[in-house]
Amino acid sequence: MNSRNWTRRFTHLWIVALALVITAAWSLPSAEAAWKPTRPIEFVIMAGKGGGADRIARLMQKIVTQNNWSPQPLVPINKKGGSGAEAMLYMKSKQGNPHVILVTLNSFFTTPALRKLPVSYKNFTPIYRLAMDTFLLWVNKKSGITNVDQFVKAVKAKGGKWTMGGTGKMQEDQLVTNMLSQAYGLKGLITYVPFRGGGTVAKNLAGGHLDSTVNNPAEGLPHTPNKMVPIAALTPKRIPAFPNVPTFAELGKPSLVYFMMRSINAPGGIPAGATKWYSNLFTKLCNSDAWKTYTKKKALNRACLTGGPLASFFADEDVKHKKLLKGMGLIK
Amino acid sequence: MEILGNLFYGLGIALSPENLLMALIGVVLGVAIGAMPGLGSVNGVAILLPITYAVPPTSAIIFLAAIYYGAMYGGAISSITLNIPGASTAVATTFDGYPLAQKGQAADALVTAAVASFIGGTISIVLFTFFAPPLAEFALRFGPPEEFAVVFLAYGTFAGLGGESPIKTLIATMMGLLMSTVGTDIVSGSPRLIFADITGFYHGINFLVLAIGLYGVGEIFYTLEGGMQARERYQAKMGIREIAATIRDLRRYTTTLLRGSLLGFFVGMLPAAGATPASFMSYSIAKRFSKESVQFGKGTIEGVAAPECANNAASTGAMLPMLTLGIPGSPTTAVMLGALYVWGLVPGPRLFIENADFVWGLTGSLYIANALAVLVALFAIPFFIWMLRMPMTILAPVILVVCAVGGFSPTQDMFDVYLMFFFGAIGYFFRKLDYPLAPMVLALVLGGLTERTFRQSLIISHGSIGIFFDFSGHPIAATLMWLSVATFAVPVISYFLGKRRLKF
Repeated sequence: MNSRNWTRRFTHLWIVALALVITAAWSLPSAEAAWKPTRPIEFVIMAGKGGGADRIARLMQKIVTQNNWSPQPLVPINKKGGSGAEAMLYMKSKQGNPHVILVTLNSFFTTPALRKLPVSYKNFTPIYRLAMDTFLLWVNKKSGITNVDQFVKAVKAKGGKWTMGGTGKMQEDQLVTNMLSQAYGLKGLITYVPFRGGGTVAKNLAGGHLDSTVNNPAEGLPHTPNKMVPIAALTPKRIPAFPNVPTFAELGKPSLVYFMMRSINAPGGIPAGATKWYSNLFTKLCNSDAWKTYTKKKALNRACLTGGPLASFFADEDVKHKKLLKGMGLIK
Repeated sequence: MEILGNLFYGLGIALSPENLLMALIGVVLGVAIGAMPGLGSVNGVAILLPITYAVPPTSAIIFLAAIYYGAMYGGAISSITLNIPGASTAVATTFDGYPLAQKGQAADALVTAAVASFIGGTISIVLFTFFAPPLAEFALRFGPPEEFAVVFLAYGTFAGLGGESPIKTLIATMMGLLMSTVGTDIVSGSPRLIFADITGFYHGINFLVLAIGLYGVGEIFYTLEGGMQARERYQAKMGIREIAATIRDLRRYTTTLLRGSLLGFFVGMLPAAGATPASFMSYSIAKRFSKESVQFGKGTIEGVAAPECANNAASTGAMLPMLTLGIPGSPTTAVMLGALYVWGLVPGPRLFIENADFVWGLTGSLYIANALAVLVALFAIPFFIWMLRMPMTILAPVILVVCAVGGFSPTQDMFDVYLMFFFGAIGYFFRKLDYPLAPMVLALVLGGLTERTFRQSLIISHGSIGIFFDFSGHPIAATLMWLSVATFAVPVISYFLGKRRLKF
């Protein structure tokens, strides 16, 4: 055992260590920056074919395909069961898989709370928020109602027989209905009738089978202005597509503001590089002309948000929705 | 007339070389998709939708409408040749189509299906062209009570669909209704009957899964037991003369064809009902009014003509609420509606003014696609007859694979494939024990709609059942309800009078 041997060993160690450092320095950041989908991306939609979420997902697929922004195709898959429960449980089973993303609505917060699901927004990686859909209070044109005062009077006059149609049970439309009846003291006077989709709800108001609805602008537009009319908006500012419709805030009810988010989430535990790749992809999409045109046409608020602010937005929304559901006595 | 001018303008758009090519490709793809068990027009349109992003909206909708049309023609082909409906809209076509094929008249049945489809489609397109806006107005008058009344009437007409035993029909119907309650309850919002907390039950039992399982997989199981030898050899004589003779023969059934087409159009136009119930209603009404009523189910041309004209008429009818009201009349139009939004078009009365190119181009293309589809379907007949001569050892595995793909594609959930095989086993035992399959499929198709509209009506009326019989408030609903009561009562009364055997 001489000292030369020792030195040699030492040198070997040095070389190995250096090689390790170089490899680490080389591979780690580059692996992150260079993450790209290597398989087709499952684009899960928590609603059925032809619904609002489905349309948006397919539009996004179109924009991404046309611009060649993704090396792999986006494949829309509808998982409509249980007001989003099926989709969220499916996503949970895909923990750590970067080739699945979910288009989320507000049921992202309400469904897990109502159904006591073993999953919540915390199990997901926030990717992007693309838009906030707005709500309006609509009545049938034949009713002759043109403002909220007349609406309140008409509801009271009907003595508990006033009907309000909406999509699903204990989902966005019913939350809005409840907010309305609390703000105007109409508790117990409005009967909520659940339907399967916003288009059907609007059609039933246009055909005179319902007294009022809280449809999104896109759902009401086919029947405006001949069959149904909006009388107030649940937004902080007037909706550009309806410049003559006042907001509830203008009418002295600033608490009556409600949005439906259109956002994208990935399963929890995906590589940071994947998060970044998706975030870049949807940033491009949100700022594309196609998206700007679509949101304008649909009177949708384009609302691009990602990263930390998006995570805190989700946390705020979750608190807000739990409060709303508690107010309705639906959860403890 | 302004409409005629618009129509010629639309035909001009549809006849431009690129649109004509789109229509032809669409029809050929559609016939192929429709003929494959399990791959109906819903999946066809959804899968091929991204292809259309590269072309202008008018060409794209022409392509999609052509697939939709082609699939309606194609669906009948496997119903007749294999007793496996290509789509749920073609289930009723198996009743007489397959017995005809067994008698060696497969070619006659196929020609009848194609020609009846053409007649149904054409009548429907003419109605669509001239009366779309006023009909949209009419469709608006259908709220939950009216929709329930239509479904109720449908049950009344189905009473004649069962086999020999009314009890067995009743059991099959109840099983279908029970299955329709699985999944998310729309009125309370809660999940129901989620067996063992299996996620796959959350979206309910898809009627495609049941139909493919019972008919496709079940039929294969049943055939396998009978031995692997080829089915009977069919005479494949198919020339212009044979086709002409069959068409001449069809003139005897003008009333059935007209009635089926009109019925199909109106049922198709109503949201959510679609072509499947339309074809059943047309079949059972034809059976009830036919002079050869006893021949139904044993292989009669009329029993193929009735459902086929109705399902094509309904598929056009379903486009009407999609374009004018923004609500789909069938699952396939729901996908097409999504496409409209992707193209940036807003459905509604204004679409007819602001996007006249689109609306009239589509209308024009419906005429063209219908004509192309009947030709493609007729030309394809020799090929399908050839396919029939293939031994079951080759045919059965191919069909099983296509069935599995069909069960998987709507939800992309393997659970549905397992469920489909489970229904295949049920289908096998149903055949063995002589239970009718159709009432189960029908009950599943209509069950959800029945329950939903019934409960929505009662919520609106605050619990009063009178909403269905109120002539002043809901004249349409009341008329339809009394009509259905009569359809139920007639067989029962005649039974007690001892004039006829009780027929369910």
